[in-house]
Amino acid sequence: MFQLFKFKGGVKPETNKAVSVTAPIAIAPLPAQLIVPLHQSIGGMPRPLVKAGERVLKGQRIGDPDKWISAAVHAPTSGTVVSVEERIASHPSGLPTLSVVLEPDGRDEWMERAPLDYASLEPERVRERLRDFGVVGLGGAVFPSHAKLVAAKAVPMEELVINGAECEPFMTCDDMLMRERAEEIVRGVGIFRDLLAPKRVLIGIEDNKPEALAAMRAAVQIVGENFEVVAVPTRYPAGGAKQLIRVLTGKEVPASTRSPEMGVQCFNVATAYTAWRAIAHGEPVLSRIVTLTGNVEQPRNWEVLLGTPLRDLIALGQPKADTTGYVMGGPMMGFEMPSLEAPIVKATNCIIAASPTLFPPPAPEMPCIRCGACAQACPHELQPFELYWFARARNFGKTQEYNIFDCIECGCCSYVCPSHIPLVQYFRFAKSEIWAREREKNQADAAKARFEFRNEREEREKAEKAERLAKAAAAKAAAAKPASEGVSAQSVAVTDNTAATLDPEAIKKATIAAAMERAKRQRESVQPKNTEGLTAAQSEEIAEIEARRTPLQKPTDQGEENSAPAIEK
Amino acid sequence: MLTAILIMALGAVILGAALGYASIKFKVEGNPLVEKIEAILPQTQCGQCGFPGCKPYAEAIAGGEEINRCPPGGQEGVRKLADLLGREVKPLDAEEKPKQLAIIDEQTCIGCTLCIQACPVDAIVGAAKQMHTVVSSLCTGCELCVKPCPVECIRMEVIEESIDNWKWKYPVIELKRVA
Repeated sequence: MFQLFKFKGGVKPETNKAVSVTAPIAIAPLPAQLIVPLHQSIGGMPRPLVKAGERVLKGQRIGDPDKWISAAVHAPTSGTVVSVEERIASHPSGLPTLSVVLEPDGRDEWMERAPLDYASLEPERVRERLRDFGVVGLGGAVFPSHAKLVAAKAVPMEELVINGAECEPFMTCDDMLMRERAEEIVRGVGIFRDLLAPKRVLIGIEDNKPEALAAMRAAVQIVGENFEVVAVPTRYPAGGAKQLIRVLTGKEVPASTRSPEMGVQCFNVATAYTAWRAIAHGEPVLSRIVTLTGNVEQPRNWEVLLGTPLRDLIALGQPKADTTGYVMGGPMMGFEMPSLEAPIVKATNCIIAASPTLFPPPAPEMPCIRCGACAQACPHELQPFELYWFARARNFGKTQEYNIFDCIECGCCSYVCPSHIPLVQYFRFAKSEIWAREREKNQADAAKARFEFRNEREEREKAEKAERLAKAAAAKAAAAKPASEGVSAQSVAVTDNTAATLDPEAIKKATIAAAMERAKRQRESVQPKNTEGLTAAQSEEIAEIEARRTPLQKPTDQGEENSAPAIEK
Repeated sequence: MLTAILIMALGAVILGAALGYASIKFKVEGNPLVEKIEAILPQTQCGQCGFPGCKPYAEAIAGGEEINRCPPGGQEGVRKLADLLGREVKPLDAEEKPKQLAIIDEQTCIGCTLCIQACPVDAIVGAAKQMHTVVSSLCTGCELCVKPCPVECIRMEVIEESIDNWKWKYPVIELKRVA
């Protein structure tokens, strides 16, 4: 029997999963317009590769990854680029982000797809492929997967943990994916295993998903792998990476340590699936499974093209009349979508239609009574009541002392709080304030360094100039000496004196004259540099323009001179 | 009696020598307080405090100058300085402005280089008779380049909220008396 461990804290909210698993995954119809944000993963903002009016094929890259921690973005279907512009993002702020607006042509024409024989390739090439095919963590954090597929140098990789826990209530997208496409997930896990070479591969699935467990076990047998499919107790947030690692391996990943340093790495099942599609089928990440549930007539899972506006997706589920809004993500960690125009992105695992009966308005916030329930529920063993106190008082230094950055914003503390304090909101506020201050501090430091460098440079230039002038003066004095030789010592002294008094004027005049001479020579020698290698048509055009310009130039010069007095009159 | 005096005198000489040696060996360059003050100042080098840069102002504060002269630092800067120096928090001596960025209208720019010379952090690139432009990531928003421009082609723009600098709002809804 596989030995399981426990993580501290956690809660057991109503799961509400049964409604959306009755029907199989359906392919969502093509919407009239797709809005594909370029920034869909953690890391660098991908650069747009297409322009308005351009025709793109399905799977064509439209955003180039920026630096190593970044992932490419692709056209979800064939069609015409309407524009590359700022569109409202699927983000709690509701602010716009640079997006490619695409009008599908309905033909769904693929670009050329080629599978990659990854066994014969260097691991580095495989990672590049994953980056260029937009494979990111689909559990919701959207961290580029290729960057996680590197084992720590000093620590041997012991366990690879595959996360199929899906602990958030309402969410069933991973469950359905495991039931229906288990074999491809297992093959994708095989790729991760080959890149990381761990001793064991553990697939953790919450025990409230017996069908998924059975499907995954069967798939592991079919593929002939030795992965262990483990049922983990259902308790929120068992699907948090650190929690699942703890439950399956007993290892506790310390604060600000990456799990490879402990010999573990963790991936979501959907990520493994997309990695397999990218390697074995040459298909970039163009769609994802989204659970559409909550206050809708037909809750189910849809395979939705990235960039599909929320409006088009919810129409498929037929929201009930009293729907007040849509939550992206689960009820514990999700946020309300800012607009029906906001698109489905790689991070959108679930859309819940909210209604007053489903999510009653929060009870009024009462004072903290320091009961400690939040500290017992916190899976990271933090002290939310202390953090709350400091965040509320804007004492950000103290919040950091109490390890606010270990908070995963899972929402357990807010869930158990008898005073209904939105604790996570306070922590999010404190975190973003700390980040903003950090940014400001870095900017100030950089500005200071630049200012100091500039001062130093000015000093140096001044010194250099003084030295140059002194040298020039000395040279002049030396030149003047031979001429005045033979004259009595006294008169030499006199001429020296006069030379000294005349010097600044003379030097100035001489330098000005020299500079003018130099400028004149330069003007004469300058030739336009961009006129080489032109076609006959282009040089003809230039000649034509020149011919038009020469008669025009002279009269305007005169015209200006003439017009000036004319105004005075 | 004499021994006691001698012992005391000897002790005084030894300790004095040790102190003298320490004061040379472990000499602190500059005033450490100035450095702490400077770390709080926003380093825009804008001179709005009436001093030619953040460091001179930090030195002046250490010498007793008011702490509310730095508009880019804002009220929060005043509060931090008050905390550090144990002084009273005072309202800012000027209007608090949101963070700004200089923008050169490149059509109008004549390439005079005057703004380049004025920029304290070398955030403007260009050359004589060539168009200039502001490197926006380096601009501190000090406004020092606005005045020297002979064709008034530099304007200050408030940095708008974007997804990258967006912040979660303070969750407390402050109660206000209505009517």
